[in-house]
Amino acid sequence: MNWLTPLQYPFMVEALLISVLIGSVCAVLSCYLVLKGWSLMGDAISHAVLPGIVIAYMLGLPLAVGAFAAGLFCAMATGWIKACTRIKEDTVMGIVFTGMFAFGLVLFTKVQTDAHLNHILFGNILGIERADLLQTIIAAVITLSVVLIMRKDLMLFCFDPAHARAIGLNTTLMHYVLLSLLSGTIVASMQAVGILLVVAMLVTPGCTARLLTDRFDRMLMIATASSVLASCLGVYVSFFINGTTGACIVLAQTLLFLLAFATSKWRTRSV
Amino acid sequence: MTPPLSIEVSNVTVAYPNGLTALSDATFTLKQGTIAALVGVNGSGKSTLFKAIMGFVQPVSGSIRLAGDTVKESRKHKLVAYVPQSEEVDWTFPVSVWDVVMMGRYGHMNFLRIPSAEDKRMVRESLARVGMTDFQERQIGELSGGQKKRVFLARALAQNGQIILLDEPFTGVDVTTEEAIIELLRALRDEGRIILVSTHNLGSVPEFCDQVVLVNRTVLAAGPLEEVFTEDNLSRAFGGVLRQFHFESSTIQDHDGKTVKLLTDDERPLVFGKDGHLEYKDRSEREELVKQREKIEDGRVNDE
Repeated sequence: MNWLTPLQYPFMVEALLISVLIGSVCAVLSCYLVLKGWSLMGDAISHAVLPGIVIAYMLGLPLAVGAFAAGLFCAMATGWIKACTRIKEDTVMGIVFTGMFAFGLVLFTKVQTDAHLNHILFGNILGIERADLLQTIIAAVITLSVVLIMRKDLMLFCFDPAHARAIGLNTTLMHYVLLSLLSGTIVASMQAVGILLVVAMLVTPGCTARLLTDRFDRMLMIATASSVLASCLGVYVSFFINGTTGACIVLAQTLLFLLAFATSKWRTRSV
Repeated sequence: MTPPLSIEVSNVTVAYPNGLTALSDATFTLKQGTIAALVGVNGSGKSTLFKAIMGFVQPVSGSIRLAGDTVKESRKHKLVAYVPQSEEVDWTFPVSVWDVVMMGRYGHMNFLRIPSAEDKRMVRESLARVGMTDFQERQIGELSGGQKKRVFLARALAQNGQIILLDEPFTGVDVTTEEAIIELLRALRDEGRIILVSTHNLGSVPEFCDQVVLVNRTVLAAGPLEEVFTEDNLSRAFGGVLRQFHFESSTIQDHDGKTVKLLTDDERPLVFGKDGHLEYKDRSEREELVKQREKIEDGRVNDE
């Protein structure tokens, strides 16, 4: 077995290609999440998709549709409860997403499915099924195109919502667009790293890039590069060490972040 | 022909969903070519009034007209530009000075926001006007307080906003920069724009505003500076919040040569003369007024 061995297996090639796609979607969106301060929102929505997946299974719908709906429900329920009470948003979010996640777990044990809980929680990029693969690709392509088309408006929305409104952008709509994009990304990356580790994909690339640049366009590029590299590296390494692929990808992301951190530290010291 | 620029706020009441009435029955009018101060304590409804003019909150009653149009209609013309308070801005955000000023052009671009030659020209011009051309490549966090203000003012210029709303423009700005900004605001006024400045810094108001709108949950008084900015009105707007220091005649003796020096750490003090008239530090454009007062003074001396 040499270092080219993984490429002899079709499932490995497929997994590498998919991870390039997922890596870029997550990277691009992570820049906005990091700047908007929505990391916890990412964590919350990713956990909250579980009941959606189970219910979609029960109704015979594509799992992605259920996940997407549940993700949006979590965000809206959080917003609504916050508006009606004196409780702070992060607290409300903590209650809503853990509640939904627990509900999903209970539902899962009560409903006979042929899905593996482990695959949902931790991802299964090496054994991804045809139908799931298609859903992942559709979700990823739609999300990526919408973000790239709207990237300047979304940036303005994160930076200065008041100005965005003053020049006639519908910021309420933008809020929901960003939420939908977030849910879409989670649906897309669920297959690769699972819903428990998705938040790493949604936060780490943006943070890594943020440490290395103070221009938004460069941040998008660096985030994409680091995320794609980490995804491929994770898939590749997991083949050799026979480890959980999702965890390997996230570890690679963390490693790149630490490298960026060290670089930025070293840079500020030498200035 | 477009109707002349104006802000007409009539009988506006704004209530928030949580039941708080932030502003009730507010009325005032501003004509083109004015710098107006919106003065009141924190929570008096200054920012609510701003939000209503920008259309972020819908009044429960009353109407707001901008150059004859409703707020919604006027948005098409990108008439209103907003210069945010420094505290509202995330200064660590990875954008350069150029990027921020370019945001003023977004409303004039197509949905992909690709800047045209005209957009770039406007940005260059606006940067030059506020004297920030040399800083255009800087990340916004690397600027001083005054430079930060000027960047956002440049964005309002790039937007070609005819009604410019400034929220607390002088907090965290040194006096020299403050004077430079005031100079620029005067130039913008002379082009016929309406500048509405929200502030609780009383002392700076007589230095550069010609109209004053005093608010405390409603509009207490609105009109020319000399008429509205009186001790009486101010104590109604501010209640017991203002600190007062009277220079009684015992303080100003003849051996002081009628001169007293007043130092404050940050904000400009508001000084009233003997009959409650405003004292100005900057007397340019007010030579007439000073002469007039001298005449009155002379008349009195002759009477005695």
